[in-house]
Amino acid sequence: MKQHPRHARPHITRDENLIFERSSPGKCGVDLPSPEVPAASAAELLGDDLVRNDIPGFPEVSELEVIRHFTRLSTWNYGVDTGLYPLGSCTMKYNPRINEVVARLEGLATDHPYAPADLTQGCLKILYDAARCLAEITGMDAVSLQPSAGAQGELAGILMIQACLADRGNPRKYILIPDSAHGTNPASVTTSGYQVRNLKSDAHGCIDLAELDRAMTEEVAGLMLTNPNTLGIFEVRIREVCELVHRKGGLVYMDGANMNALMGVARPADFGVDVMHLNLHKTFTTPHGGGGPGSGPVAVKKVLEPYLPSPTVVRSPDGPYCLDYDRPKSVGRVRAFYGNFGMVVRALAFIAANGAEGLLQSTRDAVLNANYVMRRLQDLYDLPYNEPCMHECVLSDRRQAARGVHTIDIAKRLIDYGFHPYTTAFPLIVPGAMMIEPTESASKEELDEFIEAMRAVAEEVEEDPDFVLNAPHSTRVSRLDEASAARKPVLRWKP
Amino acid sequence: MRYLPNSPRDRAEMLRALGHSSIDDLFSQIPEQIRLQGRLDLPGPLSEQEVLEFFKQAASQSTREYVSLLGAGAYSHFRPAAIDALLSRGEFFTAYTPYQAELAQGTLQAMFEFQTLITQLTEMEVSNASLYDGSTATTEAVLMSLRLTRRNRVVTARTLHPEYREVMSTYLRHLGTEVSEIPYSASGQIDRAALEKALNEETAAVVIQSPNFLGVIEHFNDITERVHRSGALLVVAVNEPLSLAIVNPPAEADIVCGEAQSFGVPVAFGGPYVGFLATREKLVRQMPGRLVGQTTDSNGRRGFVLTLATREQHIRREKATSNICTNQSLCALAATIYLCLLGKQGLRALAEHNLAQAHYAASRLAKVPGASIAFASPFFNEFVVKTPGNAEALLDELRQEKILGGINLERFYPELENHLLVCVTETVNKAALDRMARVYQEFPAQKHARAAAPSVFSHPVGWEKA
Repeated sequence: MKQHPRHARPHITRDENLIFERSSPGKCGVDLPSPEVPAASAAELLGDDLVRNDIPGFPEVSELEVIRHFTRLSTWNYGVDTGLYPLGSCTMKYNPRINEVVARLEGLATDHPYAPADLTQGCLKILYDAARCLAEITGMDAVSLQPSAGAQGELAGILMIQACLADRGNPRKYILIPDSAHGTNPASVTTSGYQVRNLKSDAHGCIDLAELDRAMTEEVAGLMLTNPNTLGIFEVRIREVCELVHRKGGLVYMDGANMNALMGVARPADFGVDVMHLNLHKTFTTPHGGGGPGSGPVAVKKVLEPYLPSPTVVRSPDGPYCLDYDRPKSVGRVRAFYGNFGMVVRALAFIAANGAEGLLQSTRDAVLNANYVMRRLQDLYDLPYNEPCMHECVLSDRRQAARGVHTIDIAKRLIDYGFHPYTTAFPLIVPGAMMIEPTESASKEELDEFIEAMRAVAEEVEEDPDFVLNAPHSTRVSRLDEASAARKPVLRWKP
Repeated sequence: MRYLPNSPRDRAEMLRALGHSSIDDLFSQIPEQIRLQGRLDLPGPLSEQEVLEFFKQAASQSTREYVSLLGAGAYSHFRPAAIDALLSRGEFFTAYTPYQAELAQGTLQAMFEFQTLITQLTEMEVSNASLYDGSTATTEAVLMSLRLTRRNRVVTARTLHPEYREVMSTYLRHLGTEVSEIPYSASGQIDRAALEKALNEETAAVVIQSPNFLGVIEHFNDITERVHRSGALLVVAVNEPLSLAIVNPPAEADIVCGEAQSFGVPVAFGGPYVGFLATREKLVRQMPGRLVGQTTDSNGRRGFVLTLATREQHIRREKATSNICTNQSLCALAATIYLCLLGKQGLRALAEHNLAQAHYAASRLAKVPGASIAFASPFFNEFVVKTPGNAEALLDELRQEKILGGINLERFYPELENHLLVCVTETVNKAALDRMARVYQEFPAQKHARAAAPSVFSHPVGWEKA
């Protein structure tokens, strides 16, 4: 076979330099239109002391180089488009292409947030309709689309509880959070000014009613729970839980990260939740984008409606949509403008494409897929809570750990089989957790392949643990040194 | 449903494998009484064609036929086609947060480049990988200052974006933090005497926007020293970062934060945008948000990872520096691509173009009898004009010419009655600016009669499927 010239290699394996290292003076990736107005002298208009003359190190590259650079970088990523992405708690489902098209329509992508309301009825209508859909799906009475992501929805929700209880005479001091909760829950509670009290889960991984009864004192403002919880288990006694909190004068917040298990099946408002957020980037297929933008609408029962972030979108009796700023009891703004509108467009497109039946079928498939994986792996991997699961299941590395192989190692080895790993080491109440959420976007065929891969890795752990410990073997880079990255941080390129 | 890959046979086989006869069995742990009876009342299902039609109709009830002179924290700039071509690569937009570094080197390297570009623009030493938006980035900068100084007073310029101040107040209210606002002087810049008076040994941070909400560029040389003498940190918010290509960055500030939407992110009715926060190296451990660091792999090759995660909520829970989890990765990627395309020369040329356009518009308006430019200080692409007569009526006149003529400042600053905030970027052509000037000129002749707004309600978009 003819030898390749030394430098000609497929680009995917190539080391793509930083864009700054490709730069060379005098190149530019755009040509600007020639100005129609008289040129301005910066020095004259701004004064010498204000004018900047150079941005040292700033890149200078052509358009083609930019395209190649980022195209090459993209090939080092793994996305939902690449294959199965069973990352528990993250709901990595297909991001429909039409959503990207409609979000970029001229008029929707270009309207200014301060343009007059009567000229932006299209955007306002989308916000109004999306809020109505989310209220219907959760059973809640009102929705604010303002929060930028789940954690901000949590903060807005907790602030509303605070405002409501303050109106009743005493905002109280603590919020109860189960030990299985997402990290954002305690962090958001702290940001709100409340203090966190942890609630120990019972033997089934659920809320312990007796424990809750003891913890729910007059100093406690409420309970922040996730349902299904982070083990993927539905809180069977959720009604009793909510009733208990209410009886003792508290309110119930639900982290809606796991709403993909409930759409069309059960509504949080119907089982006693007072306020919750939704993650449009999880349940409603707005793309995760490599870590955002998200969108975290917050939905409330009537009792909390006056406290929603301001403004809200309302429809006046004669038809037009408008923004309501006259909200004296509002907890205020949590961000500028009205929320991540572009994400709301995508979510509404997803909801409308599915309709009620489509969403129900999605939920059913998500739950079926998770149970299928759990039952077909539980003979080789430890199942710490042997309960029927909802949209995700949590296994553990207990058996493999005896051979010195942990959840993260098995995850890395899965990469060699062509899959994105599950979520490792969460929830914290399961040592060595392996949290698997296939979502409805996984076909049986893919799941069978994934299950085969997981089973093969379990075998490898028995036969050659070192091989698994050194995985992945197929990626461009492997086992990056996180310790030294944190010890001596290099956070920017320098010439 | 077209998005679902399982066939009815697949479903039946899986159920059989689980020993169930009906899908309902898998939901049996949900008590009967709380299960939804009946079905959700939602629009759809819609075919792809119908989805497109639905949103096209909404998009038609928009300002797309208008020339926009609106800024105030959301800036219309031309977006080169390469941005969406690259963002649309599924490997970028369908990936999760890069926790598995081996499968996310593309996102990680791009975020490392974003961090570098932001430090270059701001002349700060470190930048995070983005925050939600300018308002939350500014608020996070203040929270960071409270932690660093262990003080509990904040001083903000009244010319900080009004909505940013509202967000800050939402976050600070329950912390017992006292916030005082410093007025602007006749020049539009921060009132230095008032600032001096407001500073004391309890001041954690002074927050100043530049160009400020009135478009005016602040001078920091004398301010920085005063702020630092009091032991407070200087936080500078920038929400039109294109200005940094032509205006010296406040290099002596402790934190430079703001909004990078101008860099290739659509105005999109207010979001998603991309907040940034840059600071000095020694303050990095109190920074909020994700950080990407360079490292090497087991074979010594360069690679990138999320780093200093011990600041973050998924590790530190209630003791984290912020509750933020999601950043704005894809928008930050858009900004990175945009800045690489424009590069050193393009960004400078574009900034000069904006400067020229805005000054041309201002000079035209300044000549109109009864109109004047409200503040004499230097400005970039946004300025305040005092209108010849009623500002709302003038805006209505401009609307007849298909021009969104600016923001009536009275809404945010009651003392600025009949003042408009006008933003002129490269997206507005000279003919439109001349048309605007003509409307101003002819305005008094119309005796300030308030024209009726054209009705847009004659064709309501139906919610229900036709």
